[in-house]
Amino acid sequence: MIEMETTSTNLRTQEMVLNMGPQHPSTHGVLRLEIELDGELIVDVRPHVGYLHRCFEKHCEAMTYPQIVPYVDRMDYLAAMYSEIGYAVAVERLLGIEVPERVEYIRIIMGELQRIASHLVAVGTYGLDIGAFTPFLYCFRDREKILTLFEMTCGARLLYNYIWPGGVSHDLPPDFIRMTKEFLTEFKPTIVELNNLLSYNKIFIERTANVGILPLETAINYGVTGPNLRASGLKWDLRRDDPYSIYDRFDFEIPVGKGWHGTVGDCWDRYYLRMIEMEQSVRILEQAIEQIPEGDVTSAIPKRIKPVEGQIYTRVENPRGELGYFIVSKGGLQPHRVKVRAPSFVNLEILGELCKGHLVADVVAILGSIDIVLGEVDR
Amino acid sequence: MIFDYISSFLGAIPAAVIAGLVPMVFIIPFALFAVYWERKVSAHMQDRLGPMRVGYHGFLQTIADILKLIQKEDIVASAADKPLFNIAPVLTFTGSYAAFAAIPFSSAYIGANIDLGVLYIIGVSGLVVAGLLMAGWASNNKYSLLGAMRSAAQIVSYEIPTVIVILTLFSMVGTLNLYELSELQSSNMFNWMIFGGTVTGWKKIVLIPLMFAAFLIIYLTTLAEVNRTPFDIPEAESELVSGYHTEYSGMKFAMFFLAEYANMFAVSAIVTSLFLGGYHSPFGYLGNTIGITWLVPIEQFFWFAFKGIALVTVQMWLRWTLPRLRVDQLMVVCWKYLIPLSFLIFLIVSLLMVL
Amino acid sequence: MKQYISNIYSALATVFIGMKITFKHLFVPAVTIQYPDVRVTLPGRVRNRLYVNMDDCIGCDQCARACPVDCISIETVKSVPGEDLGKTSNGKKKALWVTKFDIDIAKCCYCQLCVFPCPTECIYMTDVYEFSEFERENLVYSYITLTKDEVLEKKANFEKFEAEKAAQKAAPKPPAPEKPAPPQA
Repeated sequence: MIEMETTSTNLRTQEMVLNMGPQHPSTHGVLRLEIELDGELIVDVRPHVGYLHRCFEKHCEAMTYPQIVPYVDRMDYLAAMYSEIGYAVAVERLLGIEVPERVEYIRIIMGELQRIASHLVAVGTYGLDIGAFTPFLYCFRDREKILTLFEMTCGARLLYNYIWPGGVSHDLPPDFIRMTKEFLTEFKPTIVELNNLLSYNKIFIERTANVGILPLETAINYGVTGPNLRASGLKWDLRRDDPYSIYDRFDFEIPVGKGWHGTVGDCWDRYYLRMIEMEQSVRILEQAIEQIPEGDVTSAIPKRIKPVEGQIYTRVENPRGELGYFIVSKGGLQPHRVKVRAPSFVNLEILGELCKGHLVADVVAILGSIDIVLGEVDR
Repeated sequence: MIFDYISSFLGAIPAAVIAGLVPMVFIIPFALFAVYWERKVSAHMQDRLGPMRVGYHGFLQTIADILKLIQKEDIVASAADKPLFNIAPVLTFTGSYAAFAAIPFSSAYIGANIDLGVLYIIGVSGLVVAGLLMAGWASNNKYSLLGAMRSAAQIVSYEIPTVIVILTLFSMVGTLNLYELSELQSSNMFNWMIFGGTVTGWKKIVLIPLMFAAFLIIYLTTLAEVNRTPFDIPEAESELVSGYHTEYSGMKFAMFFLAEYANMFAVSAIVTSLFLGGYHSPFGYLGNTIGITWLVPIEQFFWFAFKGIALVTVQMWLRWTLPRLRVDQLMVVCWKYLIPLSFLIFLIVSLLMVL
Repeated sequence: MKQYISNIYSALATVFIGMKITFKHLFVPAVTIQYPDVRVTLPGRVRNRLYVNMDDCIGCDQCARACPVDCISIETVKSVPGEDLGKTSNGKKKALWVTKFDIDIAKCCYCQLCVFPCPTECIYMTDVYEFSEFERENLVYSYITLTKDEVLEKKANFEKFEAEKAAQKAAPKPPAPEKPAPPQA
């Protein structure tokens, strides 16, 4: 952090307002930032959201439960599988149905593959924000392999409509397990390579370590979740602390930020935590692929979803944090109200807090390390 | 010298014009090639193919790009300062083009054999800063202004270590004439300045690591002067969109682009002339062996271009590997690392020369 | 001072490690392909342009109801007794003339929700993914097999039939209002 020099109290300089976005290479979508600058030092940052608002929540009230699934995909388009898992878990709990064992395993495999894919984008674009172009393309190369696996399974690469309340739309294709194993063996060296190319690079460390430090208390006060919270040092992962699906059966670690190159909760920690989480996802995947049972995947899908009157809040650990669904049912075919607690939206709130006193270049570094998806921020 | 040769039967002014146009014949094809080369190098480093459509493996891609740029509408923002806005790209290109005057391409061609050639180049590249500042200011765009301010700070401060390294060389060889400097490094690869020049004995062994360090320093500083990653802060595309040339389009943008690539070669050429033996071959000359003397300058030109392009390739390699520094870290690298180190080298080398 | 030297060392070392990696990748074959010349083989389940096999369509409107973006619009006319519409490939008898089956593919979100409820599996997603158009109207695909005249004829037939029914109903007052017999099934 650069210390602001107070040369003279009676010398007043005019502050410049710099408008960053909504069309800007590194606002990760259509986010608009209003930055108040003193020279290149940041006095204040005000994020303006809503450029991608699609009335998702209101729209849900006019659609039947299965019809909402394709819309859920479009919230966090980098982790659409996980949005679907969250929605499916919520509706299942509302209906009180159990899903077959195989479906649970498929969901976990898909979810963890999606977590790797999403973190790859986060890590790659973070490199891009810092100015390193090449790691981005290495990340995308591997993400494409995951998307090919998804395409084999459900026919779509980005917006899947695969995980339905009560089951999944298709069973795994015959080659899936073999190809996933191949992918995992190929992917492990890539993490090492990415670390050598980007994470341990001195310039990269200089750019990110000790920048945008998020103290644990601030993080909790702002409701930050996911890798951002864990990088600040709290071991809080819903996969372990509020288990849904069958995550309690797997052996994996929850990494926390340790301030490897600077202070706990700086940008480097947030970035590197995603690297470790990818390794842990690989671990879960390896176990899940070994254990997956045979069975029917569509048997538990209800013919028509018509829950009784009631309401439910469920939360899952999306690659970006706590993704919560609050659904109110008045007994009809359509939900009475759907509210989504989007992790990106909540995490974005800390941007102003983190940026104060930094340089313009750091805004990009901090914004990238928070890893937001505007589709989810605006919904 | 080509100038003397032409002026002997055409007069001074036409000779100056002709001699002045010769580098243009080199720069424009070079820039076209370098853009293509950069795209190809980056593509293959990133497991891609790069341009493949236009011509064999996309070889004519840059020509197609230029044709596109020529056709583009020349947009000038209504709030821009029009005269400055129009002059800026020309001035930038002039600055980098003027630097070619003092660069010895081969023993037969040097635009102007100036005694203070190196200093002339350093001075004339200062024009580039003026051009960038003008572009940044005249665009009336905050991003452009920030980019221009950054580039001014950067280029000015990075000239200091460059000059100190040149001073080191000056203390060794006693000349700032690039032609003479190149001639001093002739006949043998180990006469190159990077290997301690023509100094002999134990001093040479001491000099080699120092000269390597000096070479690295001048390479880094020149990298910063042409705004390449990791020092591409003025045009940092992820922060400032594209810095001072955000508002430019069409041919004016192409001028900036051309200036950037011309500059890349210019600084590589300076580094080559100073440290890597200039236009001299690391081995003997084919022309001397088989007795065709006119072949020698052509061979020399080949070696010069080869070394220059090799250094440019390393610039590209660095660009596609490294992240970029922040503006204050850039200053830290310059003032806390490069300047003290170059002073240290200067001190030791000068002492060695006195001994 | 120690920090100073270690900074220089780590900067140079990590830069060289990075350069080594990118250099190695210079010789890795490209993972991208030359798209229009070379194409990836798409998996069997791929979801692209919708297609409707009208021979099998019974006009049940289930796909249109499943669609979350309402991009399918179907209109049907009941057949009058005596008309034979044939059977679908899985043995269902057709009873409705499908006079309009439009899919606005520009609206379609490729979610495949329309495919699952179809009782005759006549609507499905193909692997055609290149169908861009200059006019948005061209993206409204009409799948009906009837010509315009035929559509009018069927409508007229049905209206005539209805009118006859109504006339029959109107003439003898007392009998209970009997619905026109559903034309087969």
